[in-house]
Amino acid sequence: MDVSIERLLRELTPQALGTVVRRFRDFAAAEDAVQEAALAAAMQWPREGIPDNPRAWLTQVAFRRMADHIRSESARRRRESEVALEAAYTSELTTIETAPQEDDTLVLLFMCCHPALTPASAIALTLRAVGGLTTAEIAHAFLVPEATMAQRISRAKQSIKNSGIPFQPPTTEERAQRLRAVLHVLYLIFNEGYTSSAGPDLRRGDLSHEAMRLTRILRNLRPDDTEVAGLLALMLLTDARRLARTSAEGELIPLAKQDRALWDKRQIAEGVALISATLPKGSVGPYQLQAAIAAVHDEAARAEDTDWPQILALYDLLRRMSDNPMVRLNHAIAAAMVHGAAKGLELLDALSADARLADHYRLDAVRAHLLELAGDRESAIRSYRAAAGKTGNLPERNYLLAQAARLSSELRLMNEQE
Amino acid sequence: MKYILLLTGTKAEFDWYTKWSKEDLQAQGAFMQAFHEELKDSGVLVAAEGLAFPDQARVVRAGRDGEPIVTKGVIRGVKDGAPFVTDGVFPESKEFLAGYTIIDVESAEQAYKIAARMSAAPGPGGIPGNMPIEVRQVMSGAPEELP
Repeated sequence: MDVSIERLLRELTPQALGTVVRRFRDFAAAEDAVQEAALAAAMQWPREGIPDNPRAWLTQVAFRRMADHIRSESARRRRESEVALEAAYTSELTTIETAPQEDDTLVLLFMCCHPALTPASAIALTLRAVGGLTTAEIAHAFLVPEATMAQRISRAKQSIKNSGIPFQPPTTEERAQRLRAVLHVLYLIFNEGYTSSAGPDLRRGDLSHEAMRLTRILRNLRPDDTEVAGLLALMLLTDARRLARTSAEGELIPLAKQDRALWDKRQIAEGVALISATLPKGSVGPYQLQAAIAAVHDEAARAEDTDWPQILALYDLLRRMSDNPMVRLNHAIAAAMVHGAAKGLELLDALSADARLADHYRLDAVRAHLLELAGDRESAIRSYRAAAGKTGNLPERNYLLAQAARLSSELRLMNEQE
Repeated sequence: MKYILLLTGTKAEFDWYTKWSKEDLQAQGAFMQAFHEELKDSGVLVAAEGLAFPDQARVVRAGRDGEPIVTKGVIRGVKDGAPFVTDGVFPESKEFLAGYTIIDVESAEQAYKIAARMSAAPGPGGIPGNMPIEVRQVMSGAPEELP
Protein backbone atom coordinates (compact mmCIF):
# COMPACT_ATOMS: atom_id res chain seq x y z
CA MET A 1 0.00 0.00 0.00
CA ASP A 2 0.97 3.58 -0.64
CA VAL A 3 2.88 4.83 2.41
CA SER A 4 0.98 8.11 2.57
CA ILE A 5 -2.37 6.30 2.45
CA GLU A 6 -1.21 3.86 5.12
CA ARG A 7 -0.16 6.75 7.36
CA LEU A 8 -3.39 8.62 6.73
CA LEU A 9 -5.44 5.53 7.57
CA ARG A 10 -3.58 4.97 10.83
CA GLU A 11 -4.26 8.55 11.80
CA LEU A 12 -7.93 8.49 10.83
CA THR A 13 -8.94 5.01 11.98
CA PRO A 14 -9.01 5.78 15.73
CA GLN A 15 -10.92 9.00 15.04
CA ALA A 16 -13.51 7.14 12.98
CA LEU A 17 -13.65 4.42 15.63
CA GLY A 18 -14.30 7.02 18.34
CA THR A 19 -17.18 8.47 16.34
CA VAL A 20 -18.70 5.06 15.64
CA VAL A 21 -18.42 3.90 19.25
CA ARG A 22 -19.93 7.15 20.47
CA ARG A 23 -22.88 6.64 18.12
CA PHE A 24 -23.50 2.89 18.51
CA ARG A 25 -22.04 2.14 21.95
CA ASP A 26 -20.87 -1.35 20.92
CA PHE A 27 -17.09 -1.28 21.04
CA ALA A 28 -16.39 -4.74 19.64
CA ALA A 29 -18.75 -4.39 16.68
CA ALA A 30 -17.58 -0.83 16.01
CA GLU A 31 -13.96 -1.99 15.92
CA ASP A 32 -14.80 -4.67 13.37
CA ALA A 33 -16.79 -2.19 11.28
CA VAL A 34 -13.97 0.38 11.24
CA GLN A 35 -11.40 -2.29 10.36
CA GLU A 36 -13.55 -3.31 7.42
CA ALA A 37 -13.91 0.31 6.36
CA ALA A 38 -10.13 0.78 6.57
CA LEU A 39 -9.62 -2.33 4.47
CA ALA A 40 -12.04 -1.01 1.86
CA ALA A 41 -10.18 2.30 1.85
CA ALA A 42 -6.84 0.53 1.41
CA MET A 43 -8.22 -1.17 -1.71
CA GLN A 44 -10.13 1.75 -3.22
CA TRP A 45 -8.11 4.86 -2.47
CA PRO A 46 -4.95 3.92 -4.40
CA ARG A 47 -7.16 3.22 -7.43
CA GLU A 48 -9.71 5.99 -7.23
CA GLY A 49 -7.82 8.62 -5.30
CA ILE A 50 -8.23 9.82 -1.74
CA PRO A 51 -11.71 11.26 -1.16
CA ASP A 52 -12.09 14.95 -0.29
CA ASN A 53 -13.02 14.16 3.27
CA PRO A 54 -11.37 10.82 4.00
CA ARG A 55 -12.48 10.75 7.63
CA ALA A 56 -16.14 11.21 6.72
CA TRP A 57 -15.71 8.52 4.04
CA LEU A 58 -14.33 6.04 6.59
CA THR A 59 -16.99 6.89 9.14
CA GLN A 60 -19.80 6.56 6.59
CA VAL A 61 -18.60 3.15 5.42
CA ALA A 62 -18.20 2.00 9.02
CA PHE A 63 -21.71 3.26 9.82
CA ARG A 64 -23.07 1.23 6.92
CA ARG A 65 -21.22 -1.89 8.16
CA MET A 66 -22.67 -1.28 11.63
CA ALA A 67 -26.14 -1.08 10.15
CA ASP A 68 -25.52 -4.37 8.30
CA HIS A 69 -24.26 -5.89 11.52
CA ILE A 70 -27.30 -4.78 13.48
CA ARG A 71 -29.62 -5.94 10.69
CA SER A 72 -28.15 -9.43 10.67
CA GLU A 73 -28.09 -9.56 14.45
CA SER A 74 -31.70 -8.55 14.69
CA ALA A 75 -32.72 -10.94 11.93
CA ARG A 76 -31.02 -13.66 13.88
CA ARG A 77 -32.71 -12.81 17.09
CA ARG A 78 -35.97 -11.61 15.60
CA ARG A 79 -36.55 -9.32 18.45
CA GLU A 80 -38.85 -6.37 18.02
CA SER A 81 -36.69 -4.01 19.96
CA GLU A 82 -33.74 -4.78 17.70
CA VAL A 83 -35.81 -4.11 14.60
CA ALA A 84 -36.91 -0.82 16.03
CA LEU A 85 -33.29 0.01 16.78
CA GLU A 86 -32.29 -0.88 13.26
CA ALA A 87 -34.92 1.44 11.83
CA ALA A 88 -33.63 4.21 14.02
CA TYR A 89 -30.06 3.73 12.82
CA THR A 90 -30.73 3.32 9.11
CA SER A 91 -33.07 6.27 8.87
CA GLU A 92 -30.43 8.44 10.43
CA LEU A 93 -27.60 7.26 8.26
CA THR A 94 -27.93 9.94 5.62
CA THR A 95 -28.23 12.82 8.01
CA ILE A 96 -26.00 11.68 10.82
CA GLU A 97 -23.21 13.94 11.96
CA THR A 98 -19.98 12.16 11.10
CA ALA A 99 -17.73 14.95 12.21
CA PRO A 100 -15.72 13.73 15.18
CA GLN A 101 -16.15 15.33 18.50
CA GLU A 102 -12.90 16.81 19.55
CA ASP A 103 -12.32 14.31 22.31
CA ASP A 104 -13.23 11.05 20.55
CA THR A 105 -9.64 9.81 20.27
CA LEU A 106 -9.01 10.76 23.88
CA VAL A 107 -12.15 8.98 25.07
CA LEU A 108 -11.06 5.96 23.04
CA LEU A 109 -7.70 6.04 24.83
CA PHE A 110 -9.44 6.29 28.20
CA MET A 111 -11.52 3.27 27.27
CA CYS A 112 -8.62 1.11 26.05
CA CYS A 113 -6.45 1.98 29.06
CA HIS A 114 -9.21 1.53 31.59
CA PRO A 115 -7.88 0.51 35.02
CA ALA A 116 -10.28 -2.45 34.98
CA LEU A 117 -8.10 -4.09 32.28
CA THR A 118 -4.81 -5.87 32.97
CA PRO A 119 -1.79 -4.02 31.57
CA ALA A 120 -1.27 -6.69 28.89
CA SER A 121 -4.88 -6.33 27.70
CA ALA A 122 -4.76 -2.54 27.78
CA ILE A 123 -1.52 -2.51 25.79
CA ALA A 124 -2.86 -4.87 23.12
CA LEU A 125 -6.16 -3.02 22.81
CA THR A 126 -4.53 0.41 22.64
CA LEU A 127 -2.13 -0.67 19.90
CA ARG A 128 -4.98 -2.18 17.94
CA ALA A 129 -7.77 0.36 18.41
CA VAL A 130 -5.83 3.61 18.78
CA GLY A 131 -2.56 2.68 17.09
CA GLY A 132 -4.26 0.97 14.17
CA LEU A 133 -1.77 -1.93 14.20
CA THR A 134 -2.94 -5.29 12.93
CA THR A 135 -3.26 -8.20 15.33
CA ALA A 136 -0.41 -9.91 13.47
CA GLU A 137 1.87 -6.91 13.98
CA ILE A 138 1.10 -6.73 17.70
CA ALA A 139 1.62 -10.49 18.08
CA HIS A 140 4.95 -10.21 16.29
CA ALA A 141 6.07 -7.34 18.52
CA PHE A 142 5.29 -9.31 21.68
CA LEU A 143 6.57 -12.62 20.27
CA VAL A 144 3.38 -14.56 20.82
CA PRO A 145 1.30 -16.49 18.25
CA GLU A 146 -1.27 -14.43 16.37
CA ALA A 147 -4.12 -16.61 17.69
CA THR A 148 -3.06 -15.85 21.28
CA MET A 149 -2.96 -12.11 20.63
CA ALA A 150 -6.34 -12.25 18.87
CA GLN A 151 -7.78 -13.94 21.97
CA ARG A 152 -6.19 -11.37 24.24
CA ILE A 153 -7.71 -8.51 22.25
CA SER A 154 -11.10 -10.12 22.02
CA ARG A 155 -11.12 -10.80 25.77
CA ALA A 156 -10.15 -7.21 26.44
CA LYS A 157 -13.13 -6.05 24.38
CA GLN A 158 -15.31 -8.51 26.25
CA SER A 159 -14.14 -7.17 29.63
CA ILE A 160 -15.03 -3.66 28.51
CA LYS A 161 -18.46 -4.87 27.50
CA ASN A 162 -18.99 -6.82 30.73
CA SER A 163 -17.79 -4.06 33.01
CA GLY A 164 -20.22 -1.63 31.37
CA ILE A 165 -17.52 0.99 30.88
CA PRO A 166 -19.34 3.69 28.93
CA PHE A 167 -17.87 5.50 25.96
CA GLN A 168 -17.83 8.95 27.43
CA PRO A 169 -15.30 11.38 28.82
CA PRO A 170 -14.52 10.64 32.48
CA THR A 171 -15.89 13.01 35.09
CA THR A 172 -13.65 15.78 36.31
CA GLU A 173 -12.84 13.84 39.50
CA GLU A 174 -11.94 10.72 37.52
CA ARG A 175 -9.96 12.51 34.85
CA ALA A 176 -6.59 12.71 36.59
CA GLN A 177 -6.63 9.05 37.61
CA ARG A 178 -7.74 7.87 34.18
CA LEU A 179 -5.15 10.00 32.44
CA ARG A 180 -2.50 8.43 34.70
CA ALA A 181 -3.62 4.98 33.55
CA VAL A 182 -3.30 6.08 29.89
CA LEU A 183 0.18 7.49 30.49
CA HIS A 184 1.22 4.29 32.24
CA VAL A 185 0.12 2.11 29.30
CA LEU A 186 1.95 4.39 26.82
CA TYR A 187 5.03 4.23 29.06
CA LEU A 188 4.88 0.41 29.14
CA ILE A 189 4.60 0.24 25.35
CA PHE A 190 7.60 2.53 25.02
CA ASN A 191 9.61 0.51 27.52
CA GLU A 192 8.77 -2.80 25.88
CA GLY A 193 10.19 -1.47 22.62
CA TYR A 194 13.13 0.37 24.13
CA THR A 195 14.47 -2.26 26.47
CA SER A 196 14.20 -5.05 23.94
CA SER A 197 15.51 -3.33 20.86
CA ALA A 198 18.94 -4.91 21.30
CA GLY A 199 19.89 -7.60 18.85
CA PRO A 200 18.64 -8.36 15.41
CA ASP A 201 14.91 -8.05 16.08
CA LEU A 202 14.57 -4.35 15.46
CA ARG A 203 10.87 -4.57 14.80
CA ARG A 204 10.17 -4.62 18.51
CA GLY A 205 11.83 -1.22 18.64
CA ASP A 206 8.95 0.06 16.52
CA LEU A 207 6.85 -0.16 19.66
CA SER A 208 8.80 2.80 21.08
CA HIS A 209 8.03 4.87 18.00
CA GLU A 210 4.40 3.86 18.17
CA ALA A 211 4.29 4.89 21.85
CA MET A 212 5.85 8.25 20.96
CA ARG A 213 3.38 8.76 18.11
CA LEU A 214 0.43 8.05 20.42
CA THR A 215 1.85 10.30 23.14
CA ARG A 216 2.17 13.10 20.58
CA ILE A 217 -1.48 12.64 19.65
CA LEU A 218 -2.37 12.77 23.34
CA ARG A 219 -0.28 15.89 23.76
CA ASN A 220 -2.16 17.58 20.90
CA LEU A 221 -5.40 16.73 22.66
CA ARG A 222 -4.19 17.84 26.10
CA PRO A 223 -1.56 20.51 25.40
CA ASP A 224 -1.81 21.96 28.91
CA ASP A 225 -1.25 18.75 30.85
CA THR A 226 2.27 18.86 32.29
CA GLU A 227 2.61 15.12 32.85
CA VAL A 228 1.64 14.34 29.23
CA ALA A 229 4.38 16.75 28.16
CA GLY A 230 6.71 15.17 30.73
CA LEU A 231 6.14 11.67 29.37
CA LEU A 232 6.73 12.79 25.78
CA ALA A 233 9.95 14.55 26.83
CA LEU A 234 11.07 11.46 28.75
CA MET A 235 10.50 9.27 25.68
CA LEU A 236 12.34 11.68 23.37
CA LEU A 237 15.31 12.04 25.71
CA THR A 238 15.57 8.31 26.36
CA ASP A 239 15.04 7.18 22.78
CA ALA A 240 17.70 9.69 21.66
CA ARG A 241 20.35 7.33 23.08
CA ARG A 242 19.03 4.25 21.29
CA LEU A 243 21.87 3.88 18.78
CA ALA A 244 24.57 4.24 21.44
CA ARG A 245 22.94 1.80 23.81
CA THR A 246 24.04 -1.42 22.18
CA SER A 247 27.12 -2.45 20.28
CA ALA A 248 26.99 -3.95 16.79
CA GLU A 249 27.03 -7.35 18.50
CA GLY A 250 23.95 -6.48 20.56
CA GLU A 251 25.95 -5.99 23.74
CA LEU A 252 24.53 -3.50 26.26
CA ILE A 253 26.60 -0.36 26.77
CA PRO A 254 25.99 1.54 30.03
CA LEU A 255 25.35 5.27 29.93
CA ALA A 256 28.85 6.17 31.16
CA LYS A 257 30.53 4.26 28.30
CA GLN A 258 28.25 5.26 25.44
CA ASP A 259 29.59 7.07 22.38
CA ARG A 260 27.70 10.34 22.81
CA ALA A 261 28.32 11.31 19.20
CA LEU A 262 25.71 8.68 18.34
CA TRP A 263 23.01 10.39 20.40
CA ASP A 264 20.21 12.01 18.41
CA LYS A 265 20.87 15.74 18.88
CA ARG A 266 17.62 16.86 17.28
CA GLN A 267 15.54 14.67 19.56
CA ILE A 268 17.52 15.81 22.61
CA ALA A 269 16.94 19.45 21.64
CA GLU A 270 13.21 18.84 21.30
CA GLY A 271 13.02 16.95 24.61
CA VAL A 272 15.06 19.55 26.49
CA ALA A 273 12.97 22.41 25.08
CA LEU A 274 9.76 20.60 26.00
CA ILE A 275 10.74 19.76 29.59
CA SER A 276 12.26 23.24 30.11
CA ALA A 277 8.99 24.84 29.02
CA THR A 278 6.92 22.46 31.14
CA LEU A 279 8.67 22.43 34.54
CA PRO A 280 8.07 26.11 35.33
CA LYS A 281 4.31 25.60 34.95
CA GLY A 282 4.40 24.29 38.50
CA SER A 283 2.43 21.04 38.52
CA VAL A 284 5.43 18.72 38.73
CA GLY A 285 4.88 14.95 38.49
CA PRO A 286 7.01 11.81 38.20
CA TYR A 287 7.26 11.79 34.38
CA GLN A 288 8.50 15.38 34.35
CA LEU A 289 11.11 14.58 36.99
CA GLN A 290 12.32 11.52 35.09
CA ALA A 291 12.48 13.63 31.93
CA ALA A 292 14.48 16.27 33.78
CA ILE A 293 16.93 13.58 34.94
CA ALA A 294 17.23 12.24 31.39
CA ALA A 295 17.84 15.81 30.19
CA VAL A 296 20.71 16.31 32.66
CA HIS A 297 22.35 13.12 31.38
CA ASP A 298 21.77 14.05 27.74
CA GLU A 299 23.22 17.52 28.17
CA ALA A 300 26.57 16.27 29.49
CA ALA A 301 29.13 16.27 26.68
CA ARG A 302 31.13 13.59 28.49
CA ALA A 303 30.08 11.16 31.25
CA GLU A 304 32.42 12.90 33.71
CA ASP A 305 30.66 16.23 33.02
CA THR A 306 27.36 14.86 34.38
CA ASP A 307 25.80 17.18 36.94
CA TRP A 308 25.27 14.49 39.61
CA PRO A 309 24.26 16.89 42.43
CA GLN A 310 21.35 18.03 40.27
CA ILE A 311 20.40 14.43 39.44
CA LEU A 312 20.53 13.57 43.14
CA ALA A 313 18.26 16.51 43.96
CA LEU A 314 15.78 15.37 41.30
CA TYR A 315 15.81 11.78 42.62
CA ASP A 316 15.21 13.17 46.11
CA LEU A 317 12.04 14.84 44.84
CA LEU A 318 10.99 11.77 42.89
CA ARG A 319 11.57 9.52 45.91
CA ARG A 320 9.24 11.65 47.98
CA MET A 321 6.60 11.44 45.26
CA SER A 322 6.43 7.69 44.70
CA ASP A 323 7.30 4.60 46.67
CA ASN A 324 8.96 2.87 43.74
CA PRO A 325 11.96 0.72 44.72
CA MET A 326 13.58 1.36 41.33
CA VAL A 327 13.58 5.07 42.10
CA ARG A 328 15.26 4.39 45.44
CA LEU A 329 17.87 2.24 43.69
CA ASN A 330 18.66 5.01 41.24
CA HIS A 331 18.72 7.49 44.10
CA ALA A 332 21.40 5.35 45.77
CA ILE A 333 23.51 5.46 42.60
CA ALA A 334 23.22 9.25 42.40
CA ALA A 335 24.11 9.55 46.08
CA ALA A 336 27.20 7.40 45.46
CA MET A 337 28.26 9.63 42.57
CA VAL A 338 27.96 12.72 44.76
CA HIS A 339 29.02 11.50 48.21
CA GLY A 340 31.11 8.43 47.37
CA ALA A 341 30.47 4.69 46.95
CA ALA A 342 30.27 4.07 50.72
CA LYS A 343 27.22 6.32 51.00
CA GLY A 344 25.52 4.48 48.11
CA LEU A 345 26.26 1.07 49.64
CA GLU A 346 24.83 2.22 52.96
CA LEU A 347 21.56 3.21 51.19
CA LEU A 348 21.49 -0.16 49.41
CA ASP A 349 21.67 -2.03 52.71
CA ALA A 350 18.55 -0.20 53.84
CA LEU A 351 16.89 -1.15 50.54
CA SER A 352 17.61 -4.88 50.88
CA ALA A 353 14.79 -5.11 53.40
CA ASP A 354 12.25 -4.17 50.70
CA ALA A 355 10.54 -7.44 49.72
CA ARG A 356 9.92 -6.12 46.20
CA LEU A 357 13.67 -5.81 45.66
CA ALA A 358 15.16 -8.56 47.83
CA ASP A 359 15.29 -11.10 44.99
CA HIS A 360 15.66 -8.65 42.13
CA TYR A 361 18.79 -8.76 40.03
CA ARG A 362 19.10 -5.00 39.82
CA LEU A 363 19.84 -4.70 43.54
CA ASP A 364 22.84 -7.01 43.07
CA ALA A 365 23.82 -5.28 39.83
CA VAL A 366 23.89 -1.85 41.48
CA ARG A 367 25.72 -3.23 44.50
CA ALA A 368 28.32 -4.79 42.19
CA HIS A 369 28.82 -1.47 40.43
CA LEU A 370 29.24 0.44 43.71
CA LEU A 371 31.58 -2.20 45.16
CA GLU A 372 33.71 -1.85 42.07
CA LEU A 373 33.74 1.93 42.50
CA ALA A 374 34.80 1.36 46.11
CA GLY A 375 37.68 -0.81 44.88
CA ASP A 376 36.41 -4.09 46.35
CA ARG A 377 36.84 -6.24 43.25
CA GLU A 378 36.23 -9.62 44.85
CA SER A 379 32.88 -8.67 46.34
CA ALA A 380 31.95 -6.89 43.12
CA ILE A 381 32.57 -10.09 41.12
CA ARG A 382 30.31 -12.04 43.50
CA SER A 383 27.54 -9.47 43.15
CA TYR A 384 27.81 -9.30 39.34
CA ARG A 385 27.50 -13.10 39.22
CA ALA A 386 24.57 -13.11 41.65
CA ALA A 387 22.81 -10.51 39.50
CA ALA A 388 23.46 -12.54 36.33
CA GLY A 389 21.84 -15.58 37.93
CA LYS A 390 18.66 -13.66 38.71
CA THR A 391 17.95 -11.69 35.55
CA GLY A 392 15.48 -12.86 32.91
CA ASN A 393 16.98 -10.52 30.34
CA LEU A 394 19.54 -12.01 27.96
CA PRO A 395 21.55 -8.89 26.98
CA GLU A 396 21.59 -7.88 30.64
CA ARG A 397 22.93 -11.28 31.72
CA ASN A 398 25.64 -11.19 29.11
CA TYR A 399 26.60 -7.69 30.25
CA LEU A 400 26.77 -8.71 33.94
CA LEU A 401 28.82 -11.83 33.22
CA ALA A 402 31.19 -9.77 31.08
CA GLN A 403 31.71 -7.35 33.99
CA ALA A 404 32.50 -10.23 36.35
CA ALA A 405 34.91 -11.70 33.78
CA ARG A 406 36.64 -8.34 33.28
CA LEU A 407 37.19 -7.90 37.02
CA SER A 408 38.44 -11.50 37.37
CA SER A 409 41.11 -10.99 34.74
CA GLU A 410 42.11 -7.69 36.35
CA LEU A 411 42.52 -9.51 39.66
CA ARG A 412 44.57 -12.26 38.01
CA LEU A 413 46.87 -9.70 36.41
CA MET A 414 47.37 -7.94 39.73
CA ASN A 415 48.21 -11.21 41.46
CA GLU A 416 50.72 -12.11 38.76
CA GLN A 417 52.45 -8.76 39.11
CA GLU A 418 52.87 -9.16 42.84
CA MET B 1 6.83 -12.26 30.80
CA LYS B 2 7.11 -15.71 29.38
CA TYR B 3 7.46 -18.83 31.47
CA ILE B 4 7.98 -22.45 30.51
CA LEU B 5 6.22 -25.14 32.53
CA LEU B 6 8.19 -28.36 32.35
CA LEU B 7 6.71 -31.73 33.07
CA THR B 8 9.41 -34.29 33.76
CA GLY B 9 9.68 -37.85 35.03
CA THR B 10 12.13 -40.68 35.52
CA LYS B 11 12.07 -43.82 33.38
CA ALA B 12 10.25 -45.60 36.22
CA GLU B 13 7.52 -42.97 36.22
CA PHE B 14 7.10 -43.27 32.46
CA ASP B 15 6.85 -47.06 32.84
CA TRP B 16 4.23 -46.63 35.55
CA TYR B 17 2.29 -44.28 33.28
CA THR B 18 2.10 -46.92 30.53
CA LYS B 19 0.25 -49.18 32.99
CA TRP B 20 -2.62 -46.78 33.65
CA SER B 21 -6.12 -47.93 32.69
CA LYS B 22 -7.64 -46.69 29.47
CA GLU B 23 -10.14 -44.55 31.40
CA ASP B 24 -7.43 -42.93 33.49
CA LEU B 25 -5.35 -42.14 30.40
CA GLN B 26 -8.38 -40.70 28.67
CA ALA B 27 -9.30 -38.61 31.70
CA GLN B 28 -5.83 -37.14 31.84
CA GLY B 29 -5.71 -36.53 28.11
CA ALA B 30 -9.08 -34.78 28.21
CA PHE B 31 -7.95 -32.64 31.13
CA MET B 32 -4.75 -31.56 29.38
CA GLN B 33 -6.61 -30.76 26.18
CA ALA B 34 -9.26 -28.69 27.96
CA PHE B 35 -6.61 -27.01 30.10
CA HIS B 36 -4.60 -25.90 27.07
CA GLU B 37 -7.73 -24.86 25.21
CA GLU B 38 -8.53 -22.60 28.15
CA LEU B 39 -5.00 -21.14 28.15
CA LYS B 40 -5.42 -20.38 24.46
CA ASP B 41 -8.81 -18.75 25.01
CA SER B 42 -7.49 -16.56 27.77
CA GLY B 43 -4.73 -15.28 25.49
CA VAL B 44 -1.71 -16.59 27.41
CA LEU B 45 -0.65 -19.71 25.48
CA VAL B 46 2.52 -19.34 23.45
CA ALA B 47 3.31 -22.98 22.69
CA ALA B 48 2.82 -26.48 24.09
CA GLU B 49 4.13 -29.85 23.02
CA GLY B 50 4.23 -33.37 24.36
CA LEU B 51 7.32 -35.45 23.68
CA ALA B 52 7.77 -39.05 22.61
CA PHE B 53 8.64 -41.51 25.38
CA PRO B 54 12.26 -41.69 26.57
CA ASP B 55 12.69 -45.10 24.93
CA GLN B 56 13.32 -43.10 21.79
CA ALA B 57 15.72 -40.66 23.42
CA ARG B 58 19.17 -40.57 21.85
CA VAL B 59 22.19 -38.51 22.73
CA VAL B 60 23.97 -36.95 19.80
CA ARG B 61 27.41 -35.41 19.70
CA ALA B 62 29.48 -34.15 16.84
CA GLY B 63 32.25 -36.47 15.80
CA ARG B 64 35.66 -35.43 14.55
CA ASP B 65 34.33 -34.28 11.16
CA GLY B 66 31.08 -32.95 12.53
CA GLU B 67 29.21 -36.17 11.75
CA PRO B 68 26.49 -37.13 14.22
CA ILE B 69 27.46 -39.79 16.74
CA VAL B 70 24.26 -41.20 18.10
CA THR B 71 24.19 -43.18 21.31
CA LYS B 72 21.71 -44.36 23.85
CA GLY B 73 22.93 -43.47 27.27
CA VAL B 74 25.04 -40.91 28.99
CA ILE B 75 28.16 -39.93 27.16
CA ARG B 76 30.97 -39.26 29.56
CA GLY B 77 33.37 -37.71 27.11
CA VAL B 78 35.01 -37.88 23.71
CA LYS B 79 38.25 -39.71 23.09
CA ASP B 80 40.06 -39.71 19.75
CA GLY B 81 36.98 -38.26 18.11
CA ALA B 82 34.68 -40.97 19.42
CA PRO B 83 32.37 -40.63 22.40
CA PHE B 84 32.62 -43.11 25.21
CA VAL B 85 29.61 -44.16 27.18
CA THR B 86 29.94 -45.31 30.73
CA ASP B 87 26.40 -46.26 31.63
CA GLY B 88 25.39 -47.78 28.32
CA VAL B 89 21.82 -46.87 29.11
CA PHE B 90 20.38 -43.83 30.82
CA PRO B 91 20.69 -43.97 34.61
CA GLU B 92 17.51 -44.72 36.55
CA SER B 93 17.59 -41.35 38.25
CA LYS B 94 17.64 -39.35 35.02
CA GLU B 95 14.67 -37.01 34.59
CA PHE B 96 13.22 -36.94 31.08
CA LEU B 97 11.12 -34.15 29.68
CA ALA B 98 7.58 -35.36 28.99
CA GLY B 99 6.17 -32.12 27.69
CA TYR B 100 6.27 -28.38 27.99
CA THR B 101 3.92 -25.42 27.93
CA ILE B 102 5.07 -21.85 27.34
CA ILE B 103 2.82 -19.07 28.61
CA ASP B 104 2.96 -15.29 28.45
CA VAL B 105 1.64 -13.83 31.71
CA GLU B 106 1.87 -10.70 33.83
CA SER B 107 3.79 -12.12 36.79
CA ALA B 108 5.54 -15.12 38.28
CA GLU B 109 2.58 -15.57 40.64
CA GLN B 110 0.22 -15.99 37.71
CA ALA B 111 2.59 -18.57 36.19
CA TYR B 112 2.65 -20.47 39.51
CA LYS B 113 -1.15 -20.53 39.63
CA ILE B 114 -1.34 -22.00 36.14
CA ALA B 115 1.40 -24.52 36.99
CA ALA B 116 -0.53 -25.59 40.09
CA ARG B 117 -3.60 -26.32 37.99
CA MET B 118 -1.50 -28.40 35.62
CA SER B 119 0.00 -30.22 38.59
CA ALA B 120 -3.49 -31.21 39.68
CA ALA B 121 -4.17 -33.11 36.43
CA PRO B 122 -6.00 -36.33 37.32
CA GLY B 123 -3.93 -39.44 37.98
CA PRO B 124 -5.20 -43.02 38.37
CA GLY B 125 -8.73 -43.14 39.77
CA GLY B 126 -9.24 -39.47 38.92
CA ILE B 127 -7.24 -38.40 41.96
CA PRO B 128 -5.21 -35.23 41.30
CA GLY B 129 -1.70 -36.34 40.43
CA ASN B 130 0.12 -33.52 42.22
CA MET B 131 2.89 -33.80 39.63
CA PRO B 132 5.89 -31.53 40.12
CA ILE B 133 5.99 -28.82 37.45
CA GLU B 134 9.27 -27.01 36.99
CA VAL B 135 8.65 -23.33 36.23
CA ARG B 136 11.41 -21.34 34.52
CA GLN B 137 11.38 -17.85 33.13
CA VAL B 138 12.10 -17.62 29.42
CA MET B 139 14.87 -15.12 28.75
CA SER B 140 13.62 -11.98 27.12
CA GLY B 141 14.87 -8.62 25.98
CA ALA B 142 12.59 -6.71 28.32
CA PRO B 143 13.14 -6.50 32.05
CA GLU B 144 10.28 -7.12 34.43
CA GLU B 145 8.58 -4.06 35.85
CA LEU B 146 8.40 -3.59 39.57
CA PRO B 147 5.16 -2.44 41.19
